[in-house]
Amino acid sequence: MTRARSPSFARLSARHPHGAAMKATPLSNCERRFLLRAIQEKKRLDGRQCYDYRNIRISFGADRGCCIVELGRTRVLAQVSCELVAPKPSRPTEGVLFFNLELSPMAAPGLEPGRQSELLVSLNRLLERCLRDSKCIETESLCVVAGEKVWQIRLDMHLLNHDGNITDAASIAGIVALCHFRRPDVSVQGEEVTVYTPEERDPVPLSIHHMPICVSFAFFHQGTYLLVDPTEREERVMDGLLVIAMNKHHEICTIQSSGVVMLLPDQILRCSKITAVKVAEITELIQKALENDQKARKEGGKFGFAESIPNQRITAFKMESAAVDTNDVEEQAGEIIAKADPPSEVPVVHTPGTAQIGEGIESSWGDLEESEKEEAAEEEGESEAAAFECVKVETEDTSTLKETKSDEPIVVSDSEEEEVVILEPQELPRKTRTQASSKQENPSKKAFNKRRRKKRTSR
Amino acid sequence: MAGLELVSDAGFRADGRRPDELRKVRARLGVLARADGSAYLEQGNTKVLAAVYGPHEVRGSRAKAPPDRALLSVRCSSAPFAGGGERRRRPAQGGTDRRSGERALLLRGVLEGAVLSQLYPRSQIDVHVQVLQADGGELGASVSAAGLALLDAGVALRGAVVAGSAGLAEPPAGPPVALSDLSAAEEAAGGPRLAVATVAGSGQLALCQLSARLHQERLRPVLDAAQAACQGLHAVLDSVVRARLRQDTAMEH
Repeated sequence: MTRARSPSFARLSARHPHGAAMKATPLSNCERRFLLRAIQEKKRLDGRQCYDYRNIRISFGADRGCCIVELGRTRVLAQVSCELVAPKPSRPTEGVLFFNLELSPMAAPGLEPGRQSELLVSLNRLLERCLRDSKCIETESLCVVAGEKVWQIRLDMHLLNHDGNITDAASIAGIVALCHFRRPDVSVQGEEVTVYTPEERDPVPLSIHHMPICVSFAFFHQGTYLLVDPTEREERVMDGLLVIAMNKHHEICTIQSSGVVMLLPDQILRCSKITAVKVAEITELIQKALENDQKARKEGGKFGFAESIPNQRITAFKMESAAVDTNDVEEQAGEIIAKADPPSEVPVVHTPGTAQIGEGIESSWGDLEESEKEEAAEEEGESEAAAFECVKVETEDTSTLKETKSDEPIVVSDSEEEEVVILEPQELPRKTRTQASSKQENPSKKAFNKRRRKKRTSR
Repeated sequence: MAGLELVSDAGFRADGRRPDELRKVRARLGVLARADGSAYLEQGNTKVLAAVYGPHEVRGSRAKAPPDRALLSVRCSSAPFAGGGERRRRPAQGGTDRRSGERALLLRGVLEGAVLSQLYPRSQIDVHVQVLQADGGELGASVSAAGLALLDAGVALRGAVVAGSAGLAEPPAGPPVALSDLSAAEEAAGGPRLAVATVAGSGQLALCQLSARLHQERLRPVLDAAQAACQGLHAVLDSVVRARLRQDTAMEH
């Protein structure tokens, strides 16, 4: 079965190494600057180090030869299938391998289906070279009748979610699917070829010599900084990309540089050493995953995609906690508070029946720093609790307003804010919460929640 | 592996070269009258023709014109009579197959690093490369020919763009030998092949593409052989360009 493809190459645009798709949201200049600046300071958005990979998760389907690989949030689905075909005339005793990676708008809005974009071409060529030219599959063993019938092994990969580094995820998915696949057993008696069904005879695995795995290096600032496993945002601002595919025997299967890179040979050698380390880790992970799946199948346990989907949320990805360096936040906050001017008295007129949501007060950044720290220490996901507190704060707002109206002359600023200003430079609200009396506790908590709300609305 | 065929006991390769010898290079600038710049390059039996149009105004939509740099548009194609390896599917009319597409992408990456495109804002430079005969090293020859054509067109470059290839032969007796400038037979032997491109003779590589398995420890000698091939080619092409310049200035006087 041949694919009808109409390759039409429009003038290649010079925007990005991988070609900007027309419908993708363009990256804003400030985001680009921010990313490049962060990379200069050796910081990545998700808190990784320069040479760290994201978490890799491999899950298998119920059929043999089907797997999904998640590299961080990038997801690739790979499926291997086989068919008996006539061999190529120039290679009568070798099987046929066919590799294909598809990008669809499901993965990212900018990817158009079917059209031969640059990204698609470069990814497919790289994967072909990585898997075909490195001869990781023994093609001679796929021959059934020389010159007449051979197995055609077809590896189809689909990108399900694009968050950068499709190459690595696809290469892992491809090799894992090939290792997982079992082809039907076949026997030849003279002219007769019998293909046994899985019930008659156990399917046979493919003979795989080695497992080539791609590792991507993204270069920034004219080759000064390099990052392993770039995310989608990092890919958009990178100068160029170097992909090294290696197996665990330290054999380089392919090197490919793309984009605008100026590499010294020493840099390439250093990258190959890093690749060796990463490939060893990933190969171990793959072996373990294959063993687990094999065990589950043999022992009659449950296997398949339904089992491996996380049971917490189906429709959303779970946010992983990122380590935030808060070592010197206290000193920084203290400095800022010491230098900041106290909030000036802003005349605010309250009318009955209205509540104020914290606007119009001159903010002193010191307060915000403290509450940011609290937020980092607090757990995420308390939306319901916070909502409750919001409602409570509003009712408390109106109640305190009524109190102030009746008791004291009109206060120019909100009474809660004043109290918090007194509290925060000396004591941390975190500690006062547990120790202080309820009177002190409520305003600080209310102010904290107000700021939380303010922060949420401002996001 | 295929060491016996690649390097004989006497140390000669299949076409009589030494392991570090390049194939015969012939280059001509200004072969096409209509193009702003053109070059014809022969490396052994590999023949490549490159043409450059530009810098000129961006054809098509004005919106595609980048405001601060030139738009580089590269097209690579292989003539149907070029031969070169296995039977390839003939691409659809006016289209190119995946291999040529990849070559165009890589070529564009190299040229973007070489062309001082900040000097030509809102303009477009078209580079067309046609392989007339393929006998190994088409990617490298395409890069070198495109570099020559850009020089001929007078586009500002950081330096001369040269590319070379190298491979590794593992004779049964003796250490592995790095081969410079592979021919098609040596490429088809299945050993590792490395293609690199340098700009301005600096030690930096603008392109690095390796196919087939190579042990990590053997990477260094192969890289060195490829860089040496680039330097050798650079010397030859440099003399060709200078001769052409002398010819041009002589005609003007």
